[in-house]
Amino acid sequence: MGMRRPERLVAGLAVVLVLGAACTAGGGSTSSAPPTINPTGSHEPVTLTLWTFFSNATHEFDVFKSVVSAFEEKYPWITVKAVPDKADTDVLNAINAGTPPDLANICCPDDAPEFCSKKAYADLGPFLEQDGIDLTSLVPAGALAYTSYQGDQCMLPMLTDAYGLYYNTDMFQAAGITDPPKTYSELFEDVKKLTTFGADGSIEVAGFLPLASGDYELANFLNGIYSGAHWYNSDGTSAIATDPAFANLLQFTKSMTDWMGYDKLNRFFAKYDGGQDDSEFSPSNLFETGKLAMDFDGEWRVAFIQNDNSDVPYATAPFPVADDHPELYGVGQIGGSTLGIPRGAPHPAESWLLMRYLSLDQEAEQMLGEGLKNVPTLNAALSDPVLTGDPHFATFLQIAANPNSRYKELTTLALTDVTLFDAFADEYLAGTVSDLQGGLEGVATQIDDQLQLGG
Amino acid sequence: MAVDVVRPRRRGRRLRRYGVVAAFMSPWIVGFVAFYVYPMLASLYFSFTKYDILSPPRWTGLTNYRFMFTRDPNFWLSLRNTVWMIVVSTPLEIVFAIGCAMVLTRPKRGLGIYRTIFFLPTMVPVAAAALSFLFILNPAGPIDHLLRFLHAPKPLWFQDPRYAKPGLVLLGLWGIGNTMIIFLASLLDVPRQLYEAADIEGATPWQRFRHVTLPMISPVIFFSLVIGVIYGFQYFTEGYIAAGGQGSLGNPRGSLLFYPIWLYQQAFNSFHMGYASAMAWVLFLITMACTLVLIRTSKRWVHYQGGFR
Repeated sequence: MGMRRPERLVAGLAVVLVLGAACTAGGGSTSSAPPTINPTGSHEPVTLTLWTFFSNATHEFDVFKSVVSAFEEKYPWITVKAVPDKADTDVLNAINAGTPPDLANICCPDDAPEFCSKKAYADLGPFLEQDGIDLTSLVPAGALAYTSYQGDQCMLPMLTDAYGLYYNTDMFQAAGITDPPKTYSELFEDVKKLTTFGADGSIEVAGFLPLASGDYELANFLNGIYSGAHWYNSDGTSAIATDPAFANLLQFTKSMTDWMGYDKLNRFFAKYDGGQDDSEFSPSNLFETGKLAMDFDGEWRVAFIQNDNSDVPYATAPFPVADDHPELYGVGQIGGSTLGIPRGAPHPAESWLLMRYLSLDQEAEQMLGEGLKNVPTLNAALSDPVLTGDPHFATFLQIAANPNSRYKELTTLALTDVTLFDAFADEYLAGTVSDLQGGLEGVATQIDDQLQLGG
Repeated sequence: MAVDVVRPRRRGRRLRRYGVVAAFMSPWIVGFVAFYVYPMLASLYFSFTKYDILSPPRWTGLTNYRFMFTRDPNFWLSLRNTVWMIVVSTPLEIVFAIGCAMVLTRPKRGLGIYRTIFFLPTMVPVAAAALSFLFILNPAGPIDHLLRFLHAPKPLWFQDPRYAKPGLVLLGLWGIGNTMIIFLASLLDVPRQLYEAADIEGATPWQRFRHVTLPMISPVIFFSLVIGVIYGFQYFTEGYIAAGGQGSLGNPRGSLLFYPIWLYQQAFNSFHMGYASAMAWVLFLITMACTLVLIRTSKRWVHYQGGFR
């Protein structure tokens, strides 16, 4: 029985569409020989498109543009069109559609494995080799790690965040605490001294906020850098259940949560923070308003405290480390924005010039660091006198310079492994998990399954 | 002979007529094929592949579907949460909309103003409404003060997994304007003589409502139910915002992980486009099945004026 004409038409259309669908995915790889250009020679005018995650709604984009202008002055034949508010998926879609920008600046390191392993960005090895650049002597090791994947350096860092401890010096003095805590045990002892309760038992001032889904940055503490935790085994499987650092980290965090009261902490956080981390970018930030004695936060809080006209008396220090890893004291989680030359970029030689300027030029890095109040990712810029002049900020420069500071290990799952672990951590801190090890094994299985799904 | 001459002429006229119709319809046809048929077929194909946008898709057969049903606990969690919202929220919204519409049929003066006030929340963008509710329901917000004044329990709403979904139900009830307007039109369309006949029969207000109003507005109830179920399976923005957005697995503690959110996270956080496509097709089939069940059962309880079906 043959098909009737309309059926044949529909079937034919379906075949064409499915074949079309199969052809939509981009493939191919970049050439290993980079295009060369003599920066001092004379050139035809070129316009580069630079996509950045910086928002047009903030002053950050203006700072970024001012540094780009300095590049244009240096290379007068190049005009750079900076386009704000671009997310990772925008870049991916543009690469896939064959209309990528010349250079992409995305906010976070989490997607580096996806971009590097799928050759979405050009391999920078040949560019670096051609220019005789040894990144290991220029850029902190931790920043190089989160911009590469399995040996493929397909991105360069452009500024980073560094996480440390903010503490209220008046509260410390009143509680008779002379030095910031250096270990988890000391942190807990200080929490007990600094936390105050009202007559109804509610928390009035929290020594610390150990909530996985509460304090907006605590999830980064649970990444385990301060416990020496590693997310993956050498065979690529999840180490959540096999590295004891994770169980110890959760047990320690839960001991603080239990002491303060999970429900009380939630009510305290919801009441004073707005409940959805919305005080991160507002003057109602718990630390800035004196409701939190110690906070785990990034270097940008220094600028926020200043801009919000907060009179909180404070100091900064590296965040305490696990008791069984005292040698780690001084490390911190670092991780920041990245630059990459997308596959199919129209002017790769000029893109490399711009990338090299934004990431590896000391003047540019210092301008960006000073303007955005983020930590430079160039060793030479970490000693910038303007940045080191502020002792609050200097702490974070030292953290970034620490050779053991790093980001968590990354995979093509991007943030999904963190999301799964944090969800479990929240359940555990709430007291709904009776078998910690069993729960961690469940999380590890989920992460491995997710890896297999994408691999 | 004359017949043979006329037939080709007629056929030619008919073809020309079809051609004109097709030409007028072509913008829609092109749009429909390009933006509906093609993406749907493409996603069906992707659902049988491993696909991450950047590499060509690799055929894996039913792997994504097997994984969904056997290895992904968040698939089931998100499905449970979504069904909960549909089962609780949709009927409540319909009842509330009917109630509001009935109230709005009463005023003799200022009806336009009341209608506008009741409809106004619908004009607020969903994201803004969700953020407003986060503020209104948080422990420093006005609802908490009111509950304190009444000495009533003060839930933590979006920090407590027991109250997070009910909080979103309240948000849904607040923005009931669209449904309410349709019910209002339907209520005003009920023939007066039916109520007069009921009065003559000595019907109580409840009997008037049960045996006159309800059957007469049942087509609108059916419409709202179907739309509510379809919308419920696509519930995203409010839940995504209340849960804290990217990086959150339905906070608090998974209670706000709805099916489209997990689908979105798989597609755009993990780049599991093939798996997300499979999830989209399962969602489509579930929605289709629920809609068909509603249509089938509607014959028993939906009454069309004049018996039209």
